[in-house]
Amino acid sequence: MFFLYPVLYATVLAFYQTNGPHSREYVGIDNFLFVLRDPDFHTALKNTIVYAIFSVFLQLPLSLGLALLLNARNDRLKGFFRLAVFSPHLVGSIFVGVLFGVLFAPRLGLFNRGLQMLSGWGLEQEWLGNPALVMPALIIASLWMYVGFNMIYFLAALQNVDVSLVEAARIDGAGPLQVFWNVTLPQIKPVATFVVVTSTIGSFNLFELPYALLRGSAGPNNAGLTVVFYLYNNAFEAGDLGTGAAVGWLLTAIVLVISLAQIRLSGTGRDQ
Amino acid sequence: MADVLDYNKPSAAQWVTATRLLASAVAATAGAVMLFVAWWFFSLNALQFFLLVLALAFVALLPLSRKVSVAYARYTVLILVGCVMLMPFAWLAAAAFKDKDVLNEYMFLPPITKWSSETLNNENFVELFKPKPTLQGEVSFWRYVSNSLFLASAGTFLNLFFSSLGGYALAKYRFRGRGAVMTFMLASLTIPGVVLLAPNYELIYHLGWMDSYKSLLIPGAVSVFGIFLFRQAIIGVPDDIIEAGRIDGCGEFRIYLQLVMPLVRPMSGAFCLVAFLGAWNSFLGPNIFLQSQDKLPLPVVLNMYVGQYQQQYGVFLAGTLLAILPPAVLFFALQKEFISGLTTGAVKG
Repeated sequence: MFFLYPVLYATVLAFYQTNGPHSREYVGIDNFLFVLRDPDFHTALKNTIVYAIFSVFLQLPLSLGLALLLNARNDRLKGFFRLAVFSPHLVGSIFVGVLFGVLFAPRLGLFNRGLQMLSGWGLEQEWLGNPALVMPALIIASLWMYVGFNMIYFLAALQNVDVSLVEAARIDGAGPLQVFWNVTLPQIKPVATFVVVTSTIGSFNLFELPYALLRGSAGPNNAGLTVVFYLYNNAFEAGDLGTGAAVGWLLTAIVLVISLAQIRLSGTGRDQ
Repeated sequence: MADVLDYNKPSAAQWVTATRLLASAVAATAGAVMLFVAWWFFSLNALQFFLLVLALAFVALLPLSRKVSVAYARYTVLILVGCVMLMPFAWLAAAAFKDKDVLNEYMFLPPITKWSSETLNNENFVELFKPKPTLQGEVSFWRYVSNSLFLASAGTFLNLFFSSLGGYALAKYRFRGRGAVMTFMLASLTIPGVVLLAPNYELIYHLGWMDSYKSLLIPGAVSVFGIFLFRQAIIGVPDDIIEAGRIDGCGEFRIYLQLVMPLVRPMSGAFCLVAFLGAWNSFLGPNIFLQSQDKLPLPVVLNMYVGQYQQQYGVFLAGTLLAILPPAVLFFALQKEFISGLTTGAVKG
């Protein structure tokens, strides 16, 4: 099992450095205290949580909805559509960030023009310059990027749903909503839990997208600052690796608690 | 004579059909009137008008046949969403060929009457491929492409090899502490990868691996997620096959390579695609660990075109268009395996 050794080693080492990197003096829990008191960290945490909430409660239901719409057998449309919604995932988040930076340009960007045509509003909006609009812009960009990826998971799960159970429920007079809630959902629950947990972890890892979208800055009023962005600024821009590691472990603690809660709440994983 | 069927009288079914047709006609007329009113008073543009027509067609279809209208709605929504998702690609493809002076003048391509070498040309690509002087001498774009290709394929290969080996060991060998290793791995799946970034930086600095591909390839050679996925897939391989191999005098490594791996091929395909995508598009690691210009991969280099020192969006977009191609080719090649393999871990996990 020497393959696991590097994993273990990295983790042990990481734990050591948290308490004081060896090139520096031992500072005990000062790193943690500094981070916890830093208002920038509070902003970063708040932004990350808002983003995570939107990605779980907006993006995943949309993915599931699309998967439900697409889940018909022998469908020619499926191949094209699956490709269309998955293709954004082939583009790296750095490219997506810069690309959307151009699409969100006031007056000239494709998004602003499209929005203007659709709703008569939005042509002049400075998505990336207005603190209130940075987070929506970020959510829209990530929606474009990930909705198809999560849909693939849901779609695969839906295709494993036992059709005879659905038929039986229909014959017993269950409406489409009842069938979905009582028959389909329990059957796709393991996958749904998996997707919820991984996208929560992914949301807390958000860095490259805002970094590229906001051209390396944290946006007006730090509106685009995420926890990992904060970690990056402290550890690699300011060069304080100890603080970076402290942020990392705080983040781990938060994510671990949330994921365990999600797994416990969903009731899956008991058979592990 | 009263019980003789009167064919001149409409039957119940005909009544229903007639009512439906009537309802549909009423809905269509009302819709048309509404459309006219909306167009008249709110001065709709072509896009809004088109969407409104689509919505009203659904309302008109509804009384005719539930099935048809649901199918219609399904197709309409799917096609619209698909188009919206592809829109940025269309924009990207058009933007890469637009001259930098007209990049934002037209939404997609300029109108056909204005097509000329002043609006549409390949200058972005020419600029992109022009070798540029750096501290390491002249470096051309091909150098970055080969860097990226090397990093992504070597990374994918190492990751596939070590993760599957680890997954095989965890799935098929009994040894002390296996349960503990599994629990530890499951727990570490929830640890965000970036947590290890700061300690890894220290480690790589002290090992003297800065500015070397080792700094990216060795820590990335094994992934807990990969081990876990392969364990889930390999557990499904029957023990009899492995036993039969052993009896026939097959070495342990050959069993892994020639018996187990072919059986988990869909899973491997999916994993390769995910690993390749991750390595091809990775930005944070190369940005931190690599310093020499001639060693950088595409994302880091292209990001410089829109950085502090220059603002060449056209060149960046041309590069992005090219950078999407290799993953797209791989995705087409592995699409079948990808869809089936991706969920193996999730469904059973």
